[in-house]
Amino acid sequence: MQQASFIHETNRAADAVERRLQISRREFLQFCSGVAATLGLPAGAEAAIAQAVEAAKRPSVIWLHFQECTGCSESLLRAEHPTLEKLILDIISLDYHETLMVAAGHQAEKARKDAMAANKGKYVLVVEGAIPTKDKGIYCKVGGHTAVDLVKECAADAAAVIAIGSCASWGGMPATDPNPTGASSVGEVLGKPVVTIPGCPPSPYNFLATVVHFLTFGKLPATDKLGRPLFAYSRLIHENCERRAHFDAGRFAMEFGDEGHRKGYCLYKLGCKGPETYANCPTLGFGDVGEVSWPVGCGHPCFGCSEKGVGFAKPIHAMAKMLNVAPPLQYARIVEEQGKGATFASAAALAAIAGAAAGGAAMLTRNLGMSHKAEELEKTQDKAGKNKAEV
Amino acid sequence: MSSRRDFLKGALAATGAMVGAGATPVHARDTYSRPPEAMGLLYDATLCVGCKACMAACKEANNNPPEFNTVDKLWDTPLDTSGYTFNIIKMYRNGTMETKDAEVNGYAFMKTSCMHCADPSCVSACPVSAMIKNPVNGIVEYNPDKCIGCRYCVVACPFGIPKYQLDDPLGRIGKCELCRHRHKDGYYSACAEVCPTGATLFGRTEDLLAEAKRRLALKPGTVTKFPRGRLRPATERMLQGQADGKGEKHRHGWRDEPDQIYEGTVGKYVQHVYGEKEYGGTQVLKLSGVTFEKVGMPNLPPYSSAATSETIQHSLYGGMLMPIAVLGALTWVAKRNVKPDDDSGEQS
Repeated sequence: MQQASFIHETNRAADAVERRLQISRREFLQFCSGVAATLGLPAGAEAAIAQAVEAAKRPSVIWLHFQECTGCSESLLRAEHPTLEKLILDIISLDYHETLMVAAGHQAEKARKDAMAANKGKYVLVVEGAIPTKDKGIYCKVGGHTAVDLVKECAADAAAVIAIGSCASWGGMPATDPNPTGASSVGEVLGKPVVTIPGCPPSPYNFLATVVHFLTFGKLPATDKLGRPLFAYSRLIHENCERRAHFDAGRFAMEFGDEGHRKGYCLYKLGCKGPETYANCPTLGFGDVGEVSWPVGCGHPCFGCSEKGVGFAKPIHAMAKMLNVAPPLQYARIVEEQGKGATFASAAALAAIAGAAAGGAAMLTRNLGMSHKAEELEKTQDKAGKNKAEV
Repeated sequence: MSSRRDFLKGALAATGAMVGAGATPVHARDTYSRPPEAMGLLYDATLCVGCKACMAACKEANNNPPEFNTVDKLWDTPLDTSGYTFNIIKMYRNGTMETKDAEVNGYAFMKTSCMHCADPSCVSACPVSAMIKNPVNGIVEYNPDKCIGCRYCVVACPFGIPKYQLDDPLGRIGKCELCRHRHKDGYYSACAEVCPTGATLFGRTEDLLAEAKRRLALKPGTVTKFPRGRLRPATERMLQGQADGKGEKHRHGWRDEPDQIYEGTVGKYVQHVYGEKEYGGTQVLKLSGVTFEKVGMPNLPPYSSAATSETIQHSLYGGMLMPIAVLGALTWVAKRNVKPDDDSGEQS
């Protein structure tokens, strides 16, 4: 009975979500399973996600843009899973986003202020782009306020701060040497760790899954010490790369367009930064068109866009530092103990055989001696016989 | 009849014969040195990333089967060189294994394959010249058609490299021959060809030694250029681009391939080129961040034991005089000790 009422309840909520999002229930559940898989959640988690999304408590999201190219927003818009843009815009209440919002000028500023006041302590702040700090931050201003002031103002009452893209996460391209504007990351400006989704652009699903995790469990996902969600950034690109087998077998593309390159060999020698870059590009790809839709998949070495000190810092042709090696168990030690020492049983068996052999040899020698004696005896008897006959 | 006195007399006579034999000049043999055009490898453990591509390439180039030592039997996991494994990357482990090339709480890799000694013990020990040293490029070559399977070379090698295919009734010795079967087509050692970081570098030993010394002279942490694949001599670099065509065999004998020099960081080296002097010099040289003895490279004197053993052997057997003298002495002693047969005395 209880189960039946639960199903009834879920169905009713689902009907509501179908109307709200204008998608079929099937498509909706597909989306929930997809997000659960991206997050690496166990089977059954999609139900919790479905419930959370259906519950229509859309968190207010304020999205700030600073020193960036809007590539992260563009990437998010191009997530092609069933009407994802609808889900993005309808799961969350995107109250301020300079590129997507209709409002402009004072109207836009008012929308931000209103949303912050109405959802004080409950809204999610998303920052896209680095923040210039040099010369009192005059190199980036929105509505007469510097980026530093804006991010501090909006972060003060936010429930969670998410830095999307490499620029917001660690400075990215604007922070490249000589960094004329003193571009800094959100974490550096706020002086506290924030969740970072680095990448240029990052996979939209990494951001989406982080938001849905927040919705479902009321907190942000577990992160590493750089604030990157572990579900997406705990593995090196090299570990899951579809060209990894070529690396292990020593098959490398030596030049762009050579035979190895055309055959899809490993791009390490062309400067692939996969071995020192943490991201889930090889497992997720981009644009929902399958496995080839990421740099390495289409023949260009990874340039480490998500990794501080690699992307925009190391030249593309420069060799990557191998951050980890395959499980040490697979390596032979310098001195391998091969075989085992003699067991008691084997030693006893060996002793028995040796004893038997020694005994046998002794008997044989004795018999040999005996036969010699017998021979001698025979000879003397023969001689005696001959002598008798002569007599 | 045969008293202790007589025996000593015989022994004295034998010694006299030996002294007489000593008149033929027998010189102590010097350790041979590398031929001037010696080819070899330079293995730089600080550059090695442990990808084992060289092991896979070696198996492929030499048509060897994988060897399994794990339960799953998925990967080629030999424990040491064997009749079917000529090259293996071994791992030094200490404590938490956090830092590469650190002796304490670190790990390091070491390539184990034939060192191609200037004066190889295996060649000296081989009774049938199945193991020979090429007089031009110095490669220690093995000829299975001449091999009698005595496995003296297995015992003689100070590095434990040649191994016999014990599971095969028609087995042979397995050992690195620097891929000499590929040289005629312009390909060099497969392990160096595939190495992604240039940790294994192929070239003339003389050039490799210069390169190794260049690396040792650099300050750790600074950036320098590392060649990959085959180390080209300076003279050849000037000829670059004059090849007959891409991938074609160049007139210096090697196939033309793209320049693979890259910039990398200088590692913290032990200030020693292993193989420069060890055992009278080897054609395969090694650099490491961890003491060589800890990564399985034995501490060897600067002379070959082949020289010592051959000096002893050739002194003893020079002109077969010593054996003849000893045989003569023994025969004399035996003759003295033989009693006249009783039978013949009785019958006459």
